[in-house]
Amino acid sequence: MVQLLTPHGERVHHPDYDIEPTPGELREMYRRMALTRRVDAEGVTLQRQGELGLWPSSLGQEAAQVGSGLALRADDHVFPSYRDHGVALARQVDPLHIFRLFRGVSHGGWDPAEKNFHLYTLVIGSQVLHATGYAMGVADDDADSAVVVYFGDGATSQGDVSEAFNFAAVYDAPVVFFCQNNQWAISQGVERQSKVPIHRRAAGFGLHGVRVDGNDVLACLAVTRAAVERARQGREATLVEAFTYRMGAHTTSDDPTRYRQSAELTQWARKDPIARLEKYLLNHGWADADFVAGVGEEGDRLAQHIKESVRTMPDPDLTEFFDLTYAGEHRQVTEEREWFKEYEASFVEGS
Amino acid sequence: MATTTLAKAVNAALRAALEDDPKVVLMGEDIGRLGGVFRVTDGLQKDFGDHRVKDTPLAESGIVGTAIGLALRGYRPVVEIQFDGFVFPAYDQIVTQLAKMRARSGGRIALPVVIRIPYGGGIGAVEHHSESPEALFAHVAGLRVVSPSNAADAYTMLRQAVAGDDPVIYLEPKRRYYDKGEVDPAASPHPLHSARVIRLGRDATVLAYGPTVRTALEAAAVAEEEGTSVEVVDLRSVSPVDFDTVEASVRRTGRLVVVHEAPVFFGTGAEIAAHVTERCFDRLEAPVLRVGGFHMPYPPARTEHAYLPDLDRILDAVERVLAY
Repeated sequence: MVQLLTPHGERVHHPDYDIEPTPGELREMYRRMALTRRVDAEGVTLQRQGELGLWPSSLGQEAAQVGSGLALRADDHVFPSYRDHGVALARQVDPLHIFRLFRGVSHGGWDPAEKNFHLYTLVIGSQVLHATGYAMGVADDDADSAVVVYFGDGATSQGDVSEAFNFAAVYDAPVVFFCQNNQWAISQGVERQSKVPIHRRAAGFGLHGVRVDGNDVLACLAVTRAAVERARQGREATLVEAFTYRMGAHTTSDDPTRYRQSAELTQWARKDPIARLEKYLLNHGWADADFVAGVGEEGDRLAQHIKESVRTMPDPDLTEFFDLTYAGEHRQVTEEREWFKEYEASFVEGS
Repeated sequence: MATTTLAKAVNAALRAALEDDPKVVLMGEDIGRLGGVFRVTDGLQKDFGDHRVKDTPLAESGIVGTAIGLALRGYRPVVEIQFDGFVFPAYDQIVTQLAKMRARSGGRIALPVVIRIPYGGGIGAVEHHSESPEALFAHVAGLRVVSPSNAADAYTMLRQAVAGDDPVIYLEPKRRYYDKGEVDPAASPHPLHSARVIRLGRDATVLAYGPTVRTALEAAAVAEEEGTSVEVVDLRSVSPVDFDTVEASVRRTGRLVVVHEAPVFFGTGAEIAAHVTERCFDRLEAPVLRVGGFHMPYPPARTEHAYLPDLDRILDAVERVLAY
């Protein structure tokens, strides 16, 4: 397992994956991870307050998401799953888009081309094929962009994911399969999803496989950067297994006390991704208490902005959705829309 | 203007689409080197290369899923599913992703993906090679579903499907692949989703699409000999349905028989009957009758002559609507 920063905040070295970020870059990684955690906490809170229908928490996975996300260029394309709030923040996607989805005012609704960040995909593993096809197109264009697709350990059981591994291999598609193995697919441990460690599946498909400490932002950045570089060079696609832990529930509807022990959480809490980078920064004098407090305040301001925005988000009118289904006209949709408008208007007019 | 088979008209449409737009790519199992199991894509890989005519791994969900990705990259994939009964491994990608992604994006992205499926029975095939799944797709918002019945429509409708920005399920009546017709690429086409009255009549309307259109015309010819004037409508598009043309025909004849190979239970005919009843109840002289497949898995080939709606079953239904 590739590791560059121990849980105690000590720097270690790896012969294949060594990077030397500047103190400024390290602080930026810390900032993005801390903001992700704060935004995520606000998501849980707003759901508890009845402002959101659901929230899938990214707690504990900040290093995997931010580290990999920061390894990409603007022209690289990301296909997220639905818990990848840290990747969204790393790509500078407006977090309100994600809150609109979980509030139920949209199914996503952002333009994937704006930040080269595709829509969240809720059906497990489907987006892995989309990313692979997109990467096939990148190769056909002779472009040197890379595509990174995010999924979890549970998704590796889906046939679509195996098909994507195979398509990527036989077409030499410039894609990075970034699997966050957070140990749990709702109530089932990873041992129910895969008999072998996930990264070892790569060999059977002709992919390059690597396992990285998913709670180590430096290692996630380094491994993803290398995988993206392999993709650009037209070498075989990479399956990254980021070994991490879902500290929260699957979603706000879940009750993990029914299936896992608190001792496991305690053990993983000692490997916290943000705490270890904070130690590293403070020990080297690259950040001080003021910096940490400043990031905390920035997070609080962002959370406050989100809370106020979410609470005042207007409910959309159903009428808007008739026109989103097709690019061109569809007679039955038109007829239903017009009928619905008249029906609604009949109440307004009081006739 | 040239006389050609329906299969060759599809080939010509694909060739023209590849020539006209560098973003058009074909994908499917055995479509390149072999030219497809029905040879519909014959010669295209040779002329356009294996990047534009992709022989894919044998995985339908993978084909459609990667086609979606290619469409997101700006390509216009035309996918071939080898047989009707093989589409279901891709059904999730079609229904859950292809159909819904535009709405998911708030209308911001288009997915111009055409999925060609040779469909229907009558060729003496083994299981899974004779099915008619159109209603399963027509029920899904976000998809368009069309089926040509002749070579000319096969050409123009495929050109229109590829040029459009929505996903289209393009159903090719495989037992009519070798029927010949006039194809004029320069002719101005009917709108993709319009139905057409292809035979005028006074006493009853028979509505069909795809492989049953020829059967309906044959039935109308026999009926005429027996003194019954049957109008035939080629529906051409199952989603959307051109109810204006259907309604106008029913208003002329007062009677409607809907014919398709797919099982009638919860099928296209049921939807048409409901709409026609709502639109011209006052003009109907008889209930709308349906002629089609039975509620059973498609039977072994030695029995399909009895399963498929044939000339006699159509005439029987015409007699029954006239008896009211």
